Amino acid sequence: MFKIIKQLTSVVAMFAVLFAFSTETMAAKKSKTLENTKKRGFVRCGVSQGLPGFSNADESGNWTGIDVDVCRAVAAATLGDATKVKFTPLSAKERFTALTSGEIDILSRNTTWTLSRDADIGLTFVGVNFYDGQGFMVRKGSGISSTGEFKNGTSVCTNLGTTTELNMRDFFDSKGISYEPVVFEKADEVVAAYDAGRCDTYTTDKSGLAAQRTKLSAPDDHVVLPETISKEPLGPVVRQGDSVWEDIVRWSLNTMIEAEEYGINSSNADMMKTSNNPAIKRLVGAEGELGAAFGLDNDWNLRIIKQVGNYGESYKRNIADTGILPDRGPNELWTKGGILYVPPAR
Amino acid sequence: MNNIIKKFIPQILAILFVVLIFGFLTLNAQTNMDNRGIDFGFGFLSQESSFDVQFSLIEYSGSDSYARAFLVGLLNTLLVSFISIIICTILGVIIGVARLSSNYLIKNSAAWYVEFFRNIPLLLQIFFWYYAALRALPMPEKANAWFGVTYMTVKGYYIPAMVWQNLNVFLYCGLAAIISIILLKNYANKLRDTQGKQIPVLLYSVALLIVLPLLSFLFGGVSLEFEIPELKKLSKISYIYEGGISLPPELIALVLALSLYTSTFVAECVRAGIEGVTKGQKEAAASVGLTPNQVLKLVIMPQALRIIIPPTTNQYLNLTKNSSLAAAIAYPDLVLVFAGTALMQTGKAIEIVSITMLTYLTISLTIAAIMNWYNKKIEIKEK
Repeated sequence: MFKIIKQLTSVVAMFAVLFAFSTETMAAKKSKTLENTKKRGFVRCGVSQGLPGFSNADESGNWTGIDVDVCRAVAAATLGDATKVKFTPLSAKERFTALTSGEIDILSRNTTWTLSRDADIGLTFVGVNFYDGQGFMVRKGSGISSTGEFKNGTSVCTNLGTTTELNMRDFFDSKGISYEPVVFEKADEVVAAYDAGRCDTYTTDKSGLAAQRTKLSAPDDHVVLPETISKEPLGPVVRQGDSVWEDIVRWSLNTMIEAEEYGINSSNADMMKTSNNPAIKRLVGAEGELGAAFGLDNDWNLRIIKQVGNYGESYKRNIADTGILPDRGPNELWTKGGILYVPPAR
Repeated sequence: MNNIIKKFIPQILAILFVVLIFGFLTLNAQTNMDNRGIDFGFGFLSQESSFDVQFSLIEYSGSDSYARAFLVGLLNTLLVSFISIIICTILGVIIGVARLSSNYLIKNSAAWYVEFFRNIPLLLQIFFWYYAALRALPMPEKANAWFGVTYMTVKGYYIPAMVWQNLNVFLYCGLAAIISIILLKNYANKLRDTQGKQIPVLLYSVALLIVLPLLSFLFGGVSLEFEIPELKKLSKISYIYEGGISLPPELIALVLALSLYTSTFVAECVRAGIEGVTKGQKEAAASVGLTPNQVLKLVIMPQALRIIIPPTTNQYLNLTKNSSLAAAIAYPDLVLVFAGTALMQTGKAIEIVSITMLTYLTISLTIAAIMNWYNKKIEIKEK
């Protein structure tokens, strides 16, 4: 009797293992998230609560920004329409829970890619759409032109509970400068305190500084110093466990960047179908079967370029033309002296 | 027997219920943390904190431990509560007495003060003092000297620092003065009880407090110098004061808001206490020939205090707990430093929040114990 039970359990266990494997292979071919997205008719995307240039809503609720464009690209690729995105504004605290609990399918919210976030909390970073780093903003009239000119007793305004607090301490300690950290919970409070003269300098991610500068009473009286004291690669994040969906998001972003590299933009994309360069033809769906690997049709990348544009167009529209960061800096293509470099689409 | 069962069964059930609920909560938290691979433990307290704090009463830097960061936050909370309790008590007594004044102007101003400050949410008052009032202050280089050597600026209030030689001799003299005042007071009480003689204790006490420490300067080798804050250039347009002590504007705003807000409640306690002493007491005291001052000091106040102390204790506890609103204006109190920065850097939410809660509980219970002791001391003693 005992033996039979033992055998029975081992059979059940074997079936369980087999079943587990079979669902695994099923998932590799089909994406549950993609299926649900198609059924629902829109992509669910988590964004910030308002960071100009990255994700920001106007009065009528239209979202713009380079983070927003990543979600739009995925919508264009999977649903054929870049406008079919539902945006969920999230605070820094809520963002990861919203993704892991399945409330959103892409988190595109100026999120720094770090080891602990990638490995610890059930998330996967798919790439980098903005290379950022921590910097300092000072008043123009101060005559300070580099961080080397800070003196003992400098007061520094910043946000609570971010990597900024730690980077700042590393920086001032290594330079041997004593400083006064003034730490606020909300970004708006930091801006108000710095604006009133409470602090000599304001430190956070450089893109954040550029965006917050527009909120100051006299933005032109302030300048962001050239030095960068930390690495902050920002990029879209997906849930762990749906590798097809992960690939779709990764290659939607990569397509935008590679299109710029080959000079394909929203206005010339159709003409590029007859190009002599096979690499270009692949990117506009005129050669190869790139979409089939994700379970998409062959025009998926053409739609991204036509409806959203290439990375350069997105950057110009959202960050350069709005006056936030006219200079692309490291976010220029590798062929033009930047560090934007993506694997080839072939 | 039946009675005993009736009496104890509900109590046992109640205790069981509480234990079960806590047991369930602990177990639930433990399983969830296990599932997410989060460890529970207080080992992080000895790790390097690696963040700096703006304002600290003890030596602290980023290479110190989280435990020391906790201590920094705790001391800052105690500091702001202590100063605010003293100011709100003084203000509260003045306003409370003023509300009973027969002068129309004084009485109504006091009433308006109370109604105004107690009916505006405390957080708004903190924001007002920090963002509106203190922001109107001048930049350091444009500040006028107050009392010749102190400077009130948007970056803080700069005051001279004291540099002592042989401070301990001075402190011993001060201690000696206090002990002799207590002895004198006891002697005076005895004299009054046995012979009915009055000694001007207050006058002698003040004299003792001045003369003894003064002697330490003359003969004890004690000397005191002041380090006066001096303007220092940080950049073309930015200055600070160096030397001396800097009180951050966050501390000043918080003390102002907390003490003005709580003083209204203390004022109401004081008014209630004084009005609670029956009119007959005052008339009887006057009829035995006591001066109005003596009536207040010897007859009214001792009785009023018995009514005032318990509700005022509540106000002190409220003030201490309200000081946690400091986080809104960057004053590095326990909540900002420990339950804020330290929590977000370590991710040890359960541990840090429970330590913080226990700390506030301990502070509150300590204040309550001190006030209860004082209340015991002044209550009617049956002879």
